[in-house]
Amino acid sequence: MTAAPTTEVSRLLSEDFDGVLDAWFATQKRDGVRRPDLFSDRESRRQLSELLRTFSEALGRIDISEPVDIDTEAWSELRMALSEITLVRTERGVAPWEMTAFMLALKQPVFEKLSEGLANTPERLLAEASDFGRVVDAFAMHINEHFIAERDEIIERQRAEMMELSTPVVQLWERVLTIPLIGTLDSMRAQEVMENLLNSIVEHSAEVVIVDITGVRVVDTQVAQHLLRTAAAVRLMGAEAIISGISPKIAQTMVELGVDVGEVTTRPSIRAALDEAFRRVGFRISRVEDTRV
Amino acid sequence: MSEAASVYSVDKVLLVAIRDNITDTDIINLQEDLSERIVNEAARGVVIDIAALEIVDTFVGRILAQLSSISRLLAAETYIVGMRPAVAMTLVELGMDLPGSKTALSLSHALRALKAKGLA
Repeated sequence: MTAAPTTEVSRLLSEDFDGVLDAWFATQKRDGVRRPDLFSDRESRRQLSELLRTFSEALGRIDISEPVDIDTEAWSELRMALSEITLVRTERGVAPWEMTAFMLALKQPVFEKLSEGLANTPERLLAEASDFGRVVDAFAMHINEHFIAERDEIIERQRAEMMELSTPVVQLWERVLTIPLIGTLDSMRAQEVMENLLNSIVEHSAEVVIVDITGVRVVDTQVAQHLLRTAAAVRLMGAEAIISGISPKIAQTMVELGVDVGEVTTRPSIRAALDEAFRRVGFRISRVEDTRV
Repeated sequence: MSEAASVYSVDKVLLVAIRDNITDTDIINLQEDLSERIVNEAARGVVIDIAALEIVDTFVGRILAQLSSISRLLAAETYIVGMRPAVAMTLVELGMDLPGSKTALSLSHALRALKAKGLA
């Protein structure tokens, strides 16, 4: 890469580095985004100076009067510095808008210093101020994007974890499985439930599976449809499904909605369902002779 | 006999093993073959093992349902056994949950069920 032309901004950063740093710091203080409750003065200054130094180095290589694309290789070090500072600050509880304001606070002090240095050449002043403004905006946007990406990642991870947690198939007894459903049953989860259940039937050679909906908050036509389809698939595999945990309220709702469960066995509680399951696989629970007095 | 399925006769039960590469023609031939053998051998039970089937479509689903209905008319009880989870999900997705067919986990489960009814 060819060396970038010397600009007033780069001169400013190399000759008056501490001045710019102090001014940036002061502006953040004034705008209320310094967060002295989260970072000591020393720590904050270290972060700013690190960022400013990386920026100053980048200016030696990049001509910012050209369109700025922060995603290119030339900016990689600065991107890393931005990501790092964003990570450190957000981990301690800095809000996204504060982080953006934190970056934008660099504009005003630099503009002021530029207008001092270029007072005699207003055209150059305008050009440099506008270029510098664009670069800082790009940084602020990058910070924001970083935020969103990070948050999306967290949401995606939690969703996957929830999915895994929410469909455990448990073997209750020889040839008897249960899957306790909790929360809401949307199409995606219903699919997951069915897959897990059918694979477990093969794995355990289960003959009876109890689908327990005690923990399902709302049963509407769609949820009922998912349950019945699961029961139908279970039957096709050669096992039987028992839907348990149908509360009086849910029973009323289902009838009002016109849901017909057909041949599918239903039980009000998992206890009643287990009793039925034992009967079908040929077991019986009996009380041992009471030896207690 | 069709290439893609084997039919064995054990006592009064016909055991049908369907292979994965079965074609539409094969399965129609199987339907005819099976109908005749049920009558000729006075079979009281039919067990169709579809463990090898990895893919089903509406056609195969319909024929499976038909096989059950035909055997019932000829006084034989049909069990479809060994269905894979993916196949079960596809059939349910297609709305073909074979309401008229009996199912079992495996061949031995089906034979046990037939024995319990005195059909094997």
